[in-house]
Amino acid sequence: MKFENYMILEFPSKSANEAFARSAVACFAAQMDPTLEELGDIRTAVSEAVTNCIVHAYPEGFGIITLRCRMLKDNVLDIVIKDKGVGIPNLEEARRPAFTTGGADRSGMGFTIMESFMTSFEVSSQPGKGTTVHMRRKIKQRQ
Amino acid sequence: MHFTSYLENGQLTVALTGEIDHHCAKGYIQAIAAKIEAYTPELCVLDFGEVSFVDSSGIAVVINALRNMTQIEGKLILSGIGNQPMRVFRASGIDKLVEIKEAVS
Repeated sequence: MKFENYMILEFPSKSANEAFARSAVACFAAQMDPTLEELGDIRTAVSEAVTNCIVHAYPEGFGIITLRCRMLKDNVLDIVIKDKGVGIPNLEEARRPAFTTGGADRSGMGFTIMESFMTSFEVSSQPGKGTTVHMRRKIKQRQ
Repeated sequence: MHFTSYLENGQLTVALTGEIDHHCAKGYIQAIAAKIEAYTPELCVLDFGEVSFVDSSGIAVVINALRNMTQIEGKLILSGIGNQPMRVFRASGIDKLVEIKEAVS
Protein backbone atom coordinates (compact mmCIF):
# COMPACT_ATOMS: atom_id res chain seq x y z
CA MET A 1 0.00 0.00 0.00
CA LYS A 2 1.23 3.44 -0.83
CA PHE A 3 2.16 5.54 2.17
CA GLU A 4 3.04 9.20 2.49
CA ASN A 5 5.28 8.92 5.54
CA TYR A 6 6.08 6.43 8.29
CA MET A 7 7.98 5.81 11.52
CA ILE A 8 8.96 2.69 13.45
CA LEU A 9 9.78 2.56 17.15
CA GLU A 10 11.04 -0.29 19.29
CA PHE A 11 11.18 -0.10 23.07
CA PRO A 12 11.11 -2.40 26.11
CA SER A 13 7.83 -3.04 27.94
CA LYS A 14 8.51 -0.56 30.74
CA SER A 15 5.52 1.40 31.99
CA ALA A 16 7.43 4.69 31.65
CA ASN A 17 7.24 4.09 27.88
CA GLU A 18 3.41 4.38 27.86
CA ALA A 19 3.67 8.19 27.92
CA PHE A 20 6.60 8.12 25.48
CA ALA A 21 4.72 5.98 22.94
CA ARG A 22 1.51 8.03 22.92
CA SER A 23 3.48 11.30 22.75
CA ALA A 24 5.63 10.02 19.87
CA VAL A 25 2.55 9.00 17.88
CA ALA A 26 0.88 12.34 18.63
CA CYS A 27 3.98 14.19 17.35
CA PHE A 28 4.00 12.08 14.18
CA ALA A 29 0.26 12.58 13.65
CA ALA A 30 0.55 16.36 14.11
CA GLN A 31 1.65 16.74 10.45
CA MET A 32 -1.85 15.53 9.43
CA ASP A 33 -3.37 18.57 11.14
CA PRO A 34 -5.72 16.70 13.50
CA THR A 35 -8.11 18.45 15.89
CA LEU A 36 -7.34 18.25 19.60
CA GLU A 37 -10.15 15.71 19.95
CA GLU A 38 -8.71 13.48 17.20
CA LEU A 39 -5.26 13.73 18.75
CA GLY A 40 -6.68 12.90 22.19
CA ASP A 41 -8.44 9.81 20.80
CA ILE A 42 -5.25 8.61 19.08
CA ARG A 43 -3.13 9.14 22.20
CA THR A 44 -5.69 7.24 24.28
CA ALA A 45 -5.86 4.27 21.89
CA VAL A 46 -2.04 4.01 21.69
CA SER A 47 -1.80 4.20 25.47
CA GLU A 48 -4.27 1.31 25.80
CA ALA A 49 -2.48 -0.92 23.29
CA VAL A 50 0.98 -0.30 24.76
CA THR A 51 -0.32 -0.80 28.31
CA ASN A 52 -1.78 -4.17 27.27
CA CYS A 53 1.69 -5.27 26.05
CA ILE A 54 3.27 -4.15 29.33
CA VAL A 55 0.66 -5.66 31.66
CA HIS A 56 -0.36 -8.80 29.78
CA ALA A 57 2.12 -9.74 27.03
CA TYR A 58 5.19 -9.83 29.26
CA PRO A 59 3.89 -10.53 32.78
CA GLU A 60 7.32 -11.69 33.95
CA GLY A 61 10.06 -9.25 33.07
CA PHE A 62 10.46 -7.13 29.97
CA GLY A 63 10.01 -7.81 26.28
CA ILE A 64 10.10 -5.83 23.07
CA ILE A 65 7.21 -3.71 21.80
CA THR A 66 7.26 -2.55 18.17
CA LEU A 67 5.16 0.40 17.06
CA ARG A 68 4.73 1.36 13.43
CA CYS A 69 2.85 4.43 12.23
CA ARG A 70 2.07 5.25 8.64
CA MET A 71 0.35 8.16 7.02
CA LEU A 72 -1.80 6.70 4.27
CA LYS A 73 -3.62 8.42 1.44
CA ASP A 74 -6.73 10.44 2.24
CA ASN A 75 -5.31 11.49 5.63
CA VAL A 76 -5.55 8.10 7.31
CA LEU A 77 -3.23 7.32 10.22
CA ASP A 78 -2.36 3.62 10.36
CA ILE A 79 -0.91 2.22 13.61
CA VAL A 80 0.42 -1.28 14.30
CA ILE A 81 1.52 -2.23 17.83
CA LYS A 82 3.13 -5.62 18.16
CA ASP A 83 4.60 -7.76 20.92
CA LYS A 84 6.15 -11.22 21.07
CA GLY A 85 4.62 -12.07 24.42
CA VAL A 86 2.32 -14.74 25.81
CA GLY A 87 -0.60 -14.00 23.48
CA ILE A 88 -4.31 -13.89 24.28
CA PRO A 89 -5.95 -17.34 24.60
CA ASN A 90 -9.52 -16.08 24.17
CA LEU A 91 -9.90 -12.89 22.12
CA GLU A 92 -13.67 -12.77 22.34
CA GLU A 93 -13.48 -12.79 26.14
CA ALA A 94 -10.63 -10.24 26.20
CA ARG A 95 -12.63 -7.78 24.09
CA ARG A 96 -15.68 -7.92 26.35
CA PRO A 97 -16.17 -4.62 28.25
CA ALA A 98 -14.99 -4.77 31.89
CA PHE A 99 -13.32 -8.17 31.40
CA THR A 100 -9.77 -8.19 32.77
CA THR A 101 -7.23 -10.72 33.96
CA GLY A 102 -5.33 -7.82 35.53
CA GLY A 103 -5.62 -6.72 39.14
CA ALA A 104 -7.85 -4.13 40.84
CA ASP A 105 -5.86 -1.36 39.16
CA ARG A 106 -7.15 -2.44 35.73
CA SER A 107 -10.62 -1.60 34.41
CA GLY A 108 -10.97 -4.04 31.50
CA MET A 109 -11.98 -1.17 29.20
CA GLY A 110 -8.86 -1.00 27.01
CA PHE A 111 -10.21 -2.80 23.93
CA THR A 112 -13.59 -1.03 24.22
CA ILE A 113 -11.84 2.35 24.15
CA MET A 114 -9.57 1.41 21.21
CA GLU A 115 -12.62 0.22 19.26
CA SER A 116 -14.72 3.28 19.96
CA PHE A 117 -11.97 5.88 19.48
CA MET A 118 -10.51 4.59 16.22
CA THR A 119 -12.06 4.33 12.74
CA SER A 120 -11.01 0.68 12.48
CA PHE A 121 -9.53 -1.76 14.97
CA GLU A 122 -8.26 -5.34 14.61
CA VAL A 123 -6.44 -7.59 17.02
CA SER A 124 -4.79 -10.90 16.22
CA SER A 125 -3.00 -13.13 18.68
CA GLN A 126 -1.28 -16.47 18.91
CA PRO A 127 -0.71 -17.98 22.34
CA GLY A 128 3.03 -18.18 22.98
CA LYS A 129 3.89 -16.04 19.96
CA GLY A 130 2.44 -12.62 20.58
CA THR A 131 -0.26 -10.12 19.78
CA THR A 132 -0.70 -7.51 17.07
CA VAL A 133 -3.08 -4.58 17.28
CA HIS A 134 -3.82 -2.81 14.01
CA MET A 135 -5.86 0.37 14.07
CA ARG A 136 -6.61 3.28 11.82
CA ARG A 137 -7.96 6.73 12.29
CA LYS A 138 -9.22 8.94 9.52
CA ILE A 139 -8.20 12.54 10.17
CA LYS A 140 -10.87 14.87 8.85
CA GLN A 141 -9.61 17.40 6.33
CA ARG A 142 -10.29 20.83 7.70
CA GLN A 143 -11.61 23.52 5.38
CA MET B 1 2.32 11.12 40.42
CA HIS B 2 1.45 14.32 42.24
CA PHE B 3 -1.70 15.31 44.05
CA THR B 4 -2.92 17.54 46.84
CA SER B 5 -5.79 16.88 49.20
CA TYR B 6 -7.68 18.71 51.91
CA LEU B 7 -10.49 18.04 54.34
CA GLU B 8 -13.20 20.59 55.05
CA ASN B 9 -16.52 20.03 56.84
CA GLY B 10 -16.44 16.27 56.25
CA GLN B 11 -15.59 16.71 52.58
CA LEU B 12 -12.33 15.30 51.27
CA THR B 13 -11.09 16.90 48.06
CA VAL B 14 -8.32 15.15 46.15
CA ALA B 15 -6.86 17.22 43.31
CA LEU B 16 -5.09 15.02 40.77
CA THR B 17 -2.57 16.37 38.27
CA GLY B 18 -0.89 15.53 34.99
CA GLU B 19 -1.47 12.37 32.96
CA ILE B 20 -3.11 9.33 34.56
CA ASP B 21 -2.05 6.06 32.94
CA HIS B 22 -1.08 2.56 34.10
CA HIS B 23 2.38 3.84 35.07
CA CYS B 24 0.95 5.93 37.93
CA ALA B 25 -2.57 4.54 38.47
CA LYS B 26 -1.66 2.11 41.25
CA GLY B 27 -0.02 4.92 43.21
CA TYR B 28 -3.15 7.08 42.91
CA ILE B 29 -5.44 4.18 43.85
CA GLN B 30 -3.44 3.45 47.00
CA ALA B 31 -3.02 7.12 47.97
CA ILE B 32 -6.75 7.88 47.58
CA ALA B 33 -7.70 4.72 49.52
CA ALA B 34 -5.35 5.76 52.34
CA LYS B 35 -6.88 9.27 52.53
CA ILE B 36 -10.43 7.90 52.58
CA GLU B 37 -9.52 5.37 55.25
CA ALA B 38 -7.79 8.01 57.37
CA TYR B 39 -10.55 10.67 57.21
CA THR B 40 -13.74 8.61 56.51
CA PRO B 41 -15.34 11.63 54.77
CA GLU B 42 -19.06 11.84 53.96
CA LEU B 43 -18.17 13.21 50.56
CA CYS B 44 -15.06 12.73 48.43
CA VAL B 45 -14.45 15.00 45.44
CA LEU B 46 -11.90 13.88 42.86
CA ASP B 47 -10.83 17.08 41.13
CA PHE B 48 -9.59 16.49 37.57
CA GLY B 49 -9.06 20.20 36.84
CA GLU B 50 -5.29 19.77 36.39
CA VAL B 51 -5.47 16.38 34.65
CA SER B 52 -4.54 16.62 30.97
CA PHE B 53 -4.90 12.94 30.00
CA VAL B 54 -6.44 9.70 31.25
CA ASP B 55 -6.71 6.26 29.68
CA SER B 56 -8.63 3.26 31.02
CA SER B 57 -6.31 3.27 34.05
CA GLY B 58 -8.11 6.46 35.11
CA ILE B 59 -11.36 4.50 35.07
CA ALA B 60 -9.83 2.04 37.54
CA VAL B 61 -8.82 4.98 39.77
CA VAL B 62 -12.44 6.23 39.83
CA ILE B 63 -13.93 2.76 40.34
CA ASN B 64 -11.61 2.05 43.26
CA ALA B 65 -12.41 5.41 44.88
CA LEU B 66 -16.13 4.69 44.39
CA ARG B 67 -15.68 1.30 46.05
CA ASN B 68 -13.80 2.89 48.99
CA MET B 69 -16.53 5.52 49.48
CA THR B 70 -19.37 2.99 49.14
CA GLN B 71 -17.79 0.89 51.89
CA ILE B 72 -18.04 3.79 54.35
CA GLU B 73 -21.47 4.79 53.01
CA GLY B 74 -20.12 8.04 51.60
CA LYS B 75 -20.54 9.73 48.26
CA LEU B 76 -18.09 10.33 45.42
CA ILE B 77 -18.20 13.26 42.99
CA LEU B 78 -15.89 14.00 40.05
CA SER B 79 -15.21 17.61 39.12
CA GLY B 80 -13.31 19.76 36.62
CA ILE B 81 -13.05 17.05 33.95
CA GLY B 82 -11.52 18.24 30.66
CA ASN B 83 -12.48 17.08 27.17
CA GLN B 84 -10.14 14.11 26.72
CA PRO B 85 -10.79 12.54 30.16
CA MET B 86 -14.53 13.10 29.66
CA ARG B 87 -14.49 11.17 26.37
CA VAL B 88 -12.82 8.24 28.14
CA PHE B 89 -15.28 8.34 31.04
CA ARG B 90 -18.26 8.51 28.65
CA ALA B 91 -16.95 5.63 26.50
CA SER B 92 -16.68 3.50 29.63
CA GLY B 93 -20.10 4.48 31.00
CA ILE B 94 -18.59 5.71 34.25
CA ASP B 95 -20.52 8.97 33.90
CA LYS B 96 -23.61 6.90 34.68
CA LEU B 97 -22.14 5.45 37.89
CA VAL B 98 -20.68 8.58 39.46
CA GLU B 99 -21.96 12.14 39.75
CA ILE B 100 -19.97 14.57 37.65
CA LYS B 101 -20.02 18.31 38.17
CA GLU B 102 -18.26 21.29 36.70
CA ALA B 103 -17.24 19.45 33.57
CA VAL B 104 -15.15 21.72 31.36
CA SER B 105 -16.84 22.07 27.97
